[in-house]
Amino acid sequence: MSGFSLSASAIDERALRGELFDPACGGYVCFEGWVRNHNEGQQVTRLEYEAYEPLALSEGARIIAEARQRFGVQQLRCVHRTGALALGEIAVWVGVAAAHRDEAFRACRYLIDEIKHRLPIWKKEHYLSGDSGWVNCERCAAAASDPHDHGAAHAHGAAPELRRAAPGDRHS
Amino acid sequence: MSAPLYGLVLTGGRSKRMQRDKAVLEYAGRSQLERAMTLLEPLVERCFVSTRADQQNDAQRAAYAQIIDQLDDIGPMAGLHAALHSHPRAAWLVLACDLPFLDAATLQQLIAARAPHRLASALRSSHDGKPEPLCAIYEPASRATIDAWIAADQRCPRKFLAQADVQLLTLNNARALDNVNTADEYQQASQRLGGQALRPPQTLTIQYFAILREQAGRSAETLQSRAPDARALYEELRTLRQLQLRPEQLRVAINDAFGDWSQPLKAGDRVAFLPPVAGG
Repeated sequence: MSGFSLSASAIDERALRGELFDPACGGYVCFEGWVRNHNEGQQVTRLEYEAYEPLALSEGARIIAEARQRFGVQQLRCVHRTGALALGEIAVWVGVAAAHRDEAFRACRYLIDEIKHRLPIWKKEHYLSGDSGWVNCERCAAAASDPHDHGAAHAHGAAPELRRAAPGDRHS
Repeated sequence: MSAPLYGLVLTGGRSKRMQRDKAVLEYAGRSQLERAMTLLEPLVERCFVSTRADQQNDAQRAAYAQIIDQLDDIGPMAGLHAALHSHPRAAWLVLACDLPFLDAATLQQLIAARAPHRLASALRSSHDGKPEPLCAIYEPASRATIDAWIAADQRCPRKFLAQADVQLLTLNNARALDNVNTADEYQQASQRLGGQALRPPQTLTIQYFAILREQAGRSAETLQSRAPDARALYEELRTLRQLQLRPEQLRVAINDAFGDWSQPLKAGDRVAFLPPVAGG
C-alpha cells in the first residue's frame, strides 16, 4: 500500500481517518482541500479534475515515501479526486498520524505542497459566466518561465488555493 | 574495357562562407565526411579522402586513405588533379563532402549511366541544368585536358565540364545534390534531416491531457514518426494538431515516467506532454 490513491467518487474522510488509527500515535493531522466558489475574481460553479493516472500514482507514492523518511511519521494517507466535483466537495485529502504533533504537522504540510506541484493532475474550472478554463494553463501562454516551478506559478497568479481547513484542525 | 572506378571525397575546401570545416559538420550524429565515405565505399573499388597537406593529420581525415593536393589554392580542381595523377589508370567518382541529401540511388544512377569513352559523366543540376562537377565521374583520359585547363589558369570545374565531352544525366532525385555552404543552410538542412534521413519512421503513441487533449481533439493517438526525441516530436505535433502551448511550458513523460526532451525515442514508446499541473 503506497498510501496514495485517486478516486473517481466522493472521498469518505471518516473511513480514511479510521485507516490511520495507530495506538503508537499521539497526534493526527488532516488537510482537506475543498471546492471553493470563487477563484481569481470569477465565480466558480464546479470543477473537473483530470489525472494521468499511472504517473500520478507513482509520483504520489514517491511523495508519501519522501515524507515518511523525512519526518519519521508512522501513518500517511492521501487521496486525490478525479472527474466532476460540486462546490464544497473534498478535492484532496491528506492525513498523517505520528507519535508527536510536530512531525505530523510538518509531514502533512509537505504532502499537500508536493502533491499540488508535482502530480500530473489538471483542474478545469467552470464559471458562473458560462466560461471555463484550465487552471495554470489558460493564462500562462505569455509566461516565459517554467510553469512547473512553484515560484513561477505563483508569480503569474495562477496557483489557486483550495485550502480552507487549516492543517491540524482535527489533531488530538 | 572501362577503367576501374575509384572514389574521392573532397574535403580540402576552405569553407569560407560556412567558416567551419564542412567535412566535420554533423547530420544526425555523423559527420559529412563519414556520411559521404559510407555512401561511396560500397560502390567503388577503392575510396580516398582528398585533403590539403595541412589537413592530413586531422583525426577524421586520418581515418581514411588520403590523397593530398599537389597544387595550392586552385579550389576543387586540386583534389581531382592529385587523384588523376596518383592513380592514372583509374576513373574517379568525385564527391563534394557537403551534399547532405545525397543518396546511394543517385550515385547508382550516375554509375549505371557512366560513359567510359567520354571524358566524364555528370548529373545536371536541378537548379540551373548545368553539369554538377562535384558528384561526377572523371575518366583517366580527362587528366591531360584537366592539366591543360589548370595550366591555362582556369579554375572552375563547372566551366570545364560545360565545354568538355561529357555524358550528362537528369537527376532522378532532384534534391539529391542540394549543397550546404552557409551556417543558415546548415541549420535548414539539419532540420530537414534531423536524424531523419537515417531513421526509419517508428510507431509512437501520444497521450494528451487537459488543455492539450482539448486542443488536439483526442486523448491519444498512435502514429509513425521519424522524430529522434520528444522535442522534435512535439514540434511535429504542434503543427499537426495545432497545439498552442510552447515546449517550455510543458514537461515530458515517456512510458508513464517523467522524461527528458532529448531522451531518444524508440519504437512503441508512449509519450505525453504535460501542461502545467493544478492538483490540490
